[in-house]
Amino acid sequence: MSFAITLATAGRIMTQLRHDRRTVALMVLVPTLVMILLYYVMDDERSFGRWAPILLCVFPFLVMFLITSIATLRERTSGTLERLMAMPLGRLDLLLGYGLAFGLAACAQVALALAVSLTWLGLDLPGPLWPLVLVALLNALLGTALGLLCSAFARTEFQAVQFMPIVMIPQILLGGILVPRGQMATVLEWISDVLPMSYAIEAMTHAVADADPGGEFWRDVVVVAGSAVLALLLGAATLRRRTP
Amino acid sequence: MMNLSDPAIAVRDLRVSRGGAEVLHGLTFEVPRGQVTGLLGPSGCGKTTLMRAIVGVQIVSGGEVSVLGEPAGSAGLRRKIGYSTQSPAVYRDLTVLENLRYFAAVLGVPKDDPERVLAEVGLTGAAHQLGSTLSGGQLGRAGLAVALLGRPELLVLDEPTVGLDPVLRQELWTLFHRLAEGGTTILVSSHVMDEAARCERLIVLRQGEILADDTPDVLRAHTGTTDLEEAFLRLIEERAVA
Repeated sequence: MSFAITLATAGRIMTQLRHDRRTVALMVLVPTLVMILLYYVMDDERSFGRWAPILLCVFPFLVMFLITSIATLRERTSGTLERLMAMPLGRLDLLLGYGLAFGLAACAQVALALAVSLTWLGLDLPGPLWPLVLVALLNALLGTALGLLCSAFARTEFQAVQFMPIVMIPQILLGGILVPRGQMATVLEWISDVLPMSYAIEAMTHAVADADPGGEFWRDVVVVAGSAVLALLLGAATLRRRTP
Repeated sequence: MMNLSDPAIAVRDLRVSRGGAEVLHGLTFEVPRGQVTGLLGPSGCGKTTLMRAIVGVQIVSGGEVSVLGEPAGSAGLRRKIGYSTQSPAVYRDLTVLENLRYFAAVLGVPKDDPERVLAEVGLTGAAHQLGSTLSGGQLGRAGLAVALLGRPELLVLDEPTVGLDPVLRQELWTLFHRLAEGGTTILVSSHVMDEAARCERLIVLRQGEILADDTPDVLRAHTGTTDLEEAFLRLIEERAVA
């Protein structure tokens, strides 16, 4: 692994994004637009206050998951991954490069969605802002890591996009948004306990509702961060220098 | 430290299976240093698989491949081999120069190397064009330019001249010979026989086996023909009789 190569890789991915302005615009604007839509659909500050953190959780994850899985799949099919694997690039250089570049993109995404929510949409935060930003960014990183991992199991773009509902929908259904996790059947609660999104949503709820996020918030943050690291390492394991 | 008279590539009893079928059936040969060696054969004969095995990105089922004195795929070889694939492995959503700058950073080569290799493949004029806007021949040359970064000791080039007009093809072959004179070993594959005559040594491959491994002159003399295409046919007939 080399710091210079990781940075060069992140820079290269940012340049690719720069050449694709429409993707950048979609990435940055869509979460904010959905936030605004949610606000007018709810039409009531309390329900909006309950749903907004969830969207702030789901969006960075979702978008990063999708673009990472497509981008890495492209690397595999275009032969550039094979070329890189024949060069002195460490597998983590590539993964962290993606994490870094898309993490920065996630920052822009979250920043705009938050700014609009806190001003125009009147989302009230009793506590500081940083816990919310931290959780959103960790989620983006988790999405990137899982996207990298899942792209290893997809041979075509069609397959890659299908992984999105597989990874997303169960996590949302079991994440305690629709039904509190404690009220689920025991087996479902166990499953919910091992899905990282459950902790991300919990952490986000604390970040939005608590004046001073305490021990439970930090436990959730550690779980989400740990999941992201685990997914990155598993993703690194799926990158092979030699292929059949 | 290895001797300069040692071969650049030594392959012994190399076997490779892909998709359940064996595609290379125990190849043994050597590629001398500082020469242009041609790997010839029809499409599907195993040229690309063999090149991948030499570069160290192919899973092999048996045999030994040693490159510049080290086992193929060793970490130490990753800066010494320039590899260009048949379908150009460049980012279509980056410009040619951005591609080269990125790969140059990964290889850790001097900052002015991208400009040098662009000039060598005659792509300076297209430096700021996106990969997706290049023609097939330009893309191929962009891929070749990446392989030239950092002046590697060994160049493994999979069909680098496909789709190029005769003038450009001539220029690239001149470049290959100039590099070889400077000590670079070049293994270049082709399915076009007229390119065979430009190589100093030929390895003729068919259905995963070596039909011939010699200089073009010896091949011509052996098969009693001045035409390499004809020589190829004779070799196949010979094999069928034996």
